[in-house]
Amino acid sequence: MSVKTLKINGIDVAVEAGTSILHAAQETGIRIPTLCHLEGVSDVSACRLCLVEIKGSDRLFPSCITEVSEGMEVFTHTEQLQENRKMLVELLFAEGNHVCAVCVANGNCELQDVAIEVGMDHTRFNYQFPQRDVDLSHPQFGIDHNRCILCTRCVRVCAEIEGAHVWDVAFRGENAKIISGLNQPWGDVEACTSCGKCVEACPTGTIFRKGSTTGEKERDRTKVEFLSLAREKHQWTR
Amino acid sequence: MDKIRLATVWLAGCSGCHMSFLDLDEWLFDLAAKVDVVYSPVGSDIKEYPQNVDICLAEGAVANQENLALILQVRQQTKFLISFGDCAVTANVPAMRNMLGGSEPVLKRCYLELSDTSKVIPQDSQFVPELLEQVLPVHNIVDVDLFLPGCPPSAQRIKDALIPLLKGEKPQMEGRDMIKFG
Repeated sequence: MSVKTLKINGIDVAVEAGTSILHAAQETGIRIPTLCHLEGVSDVSACRLCLVEIKGSDRLFPSCITEVSEGMEVFTHTEQLQENRKMLVELLFAEGNHVCAVCVANGNCELQDVAIEVGMDHTRFNYQFPQRDVDLSHPQFGIDHNRCILCTRCVRVCAEIEGAHVWDVAFRGENAKIISGLNQPWGDVEACTSCGKCVEACPTGTIFRKGSTTGEKERDRTKVEFLSLAREKHQWTR
Repeated sequence: MDKIRLATVWLAGCSGCHMSFLDLDEWLFDLAAKVDVVYSPVGSDIKEYPQNVDICLAEGAVANQENLALILQVRQQTKFLISFGDCAVTANVPAMRNMLGGSEPVLKRCYLELSDTSKVIPQDSQFVPELLEQVLPVHNIVDVDLFLPGCPPSAQRIKDALIPLLKGEKPQMEGRDMIKFG
């Protein structure tokens, strides 16, 4: 195992080669906000919240998919980065229809938590009020696209851990949308095993269990992490 | 020193923020010692928004002509305007009608499609203020000096925002206790 040494916010860090900056920061006790990263599945740098500065480059790097390198100097919380993150979260709120007051995830929502973390008390951008659907065709679960931030955690957890690949992203730009099957109603997709991993993975109230109302969505993220780690450690193979 | 002239207004909201304000209970006596409530649906019986208001808590989104006229007047006649609660800050639940696209489809849906009897859209704007095409947060219409989110903001949060203001300081709007939406 080769080790890389680097500096994060001036702190000396030594981590295994191949580690992402995000994980290296976590090991150093530095929390970089993120909405699309989920332990146990691949990273796609969709949310852009984890962008960091690296000395010697004038562009920003998504820390979830950027590996550490020898002598690297990383800055995770410069004034500019913090302002960028606040703006990103404001844009997320303005882009969808995020009505916390009547959301199933109120009080247990990662988007809401990140808004607090970046200090958002309002959004400077005009709300788009897009017209989006709610699909309640599945017998146990529902998906409310109004609350979706396109993090694609559901896509990855379904494809990579459950192996069913029910979810995907279709269309472009502001019309981009999470779809089930070949853009069919979720309830018609035979590949769905009703395992509920997408519900656990969803950072907002987009995918939920039917019958739960405002503020009732609770999630047990450890379930998804356990499934992934058990596979990595070959706990299921004899 | 003259007392601080405090107002509260109620635009398109459920009055929950005002109920939360009343939840300040006995602290309202302390507040009353420091302020004159010069206009408020729960604190005075004055019909016209007065001049020279120091602080105003504005609950609700801007959804109709009456809300619009009032918030414009409030801004002109108020030194420090607080966007009070999620409806004022984000337009919140009242803005869910925006997804139907404009006032016409909303009125048709409510008064024609969902009406059991007398299917008539109310027309007389002298008595029923006309709906705006879009429901908007307060800061999309006028400048706002402080955002106090929450649905509703708890009495404690309202108190923690008002105490510094009464001393002429700006409150620190940070952390879960002060800025969590919903």
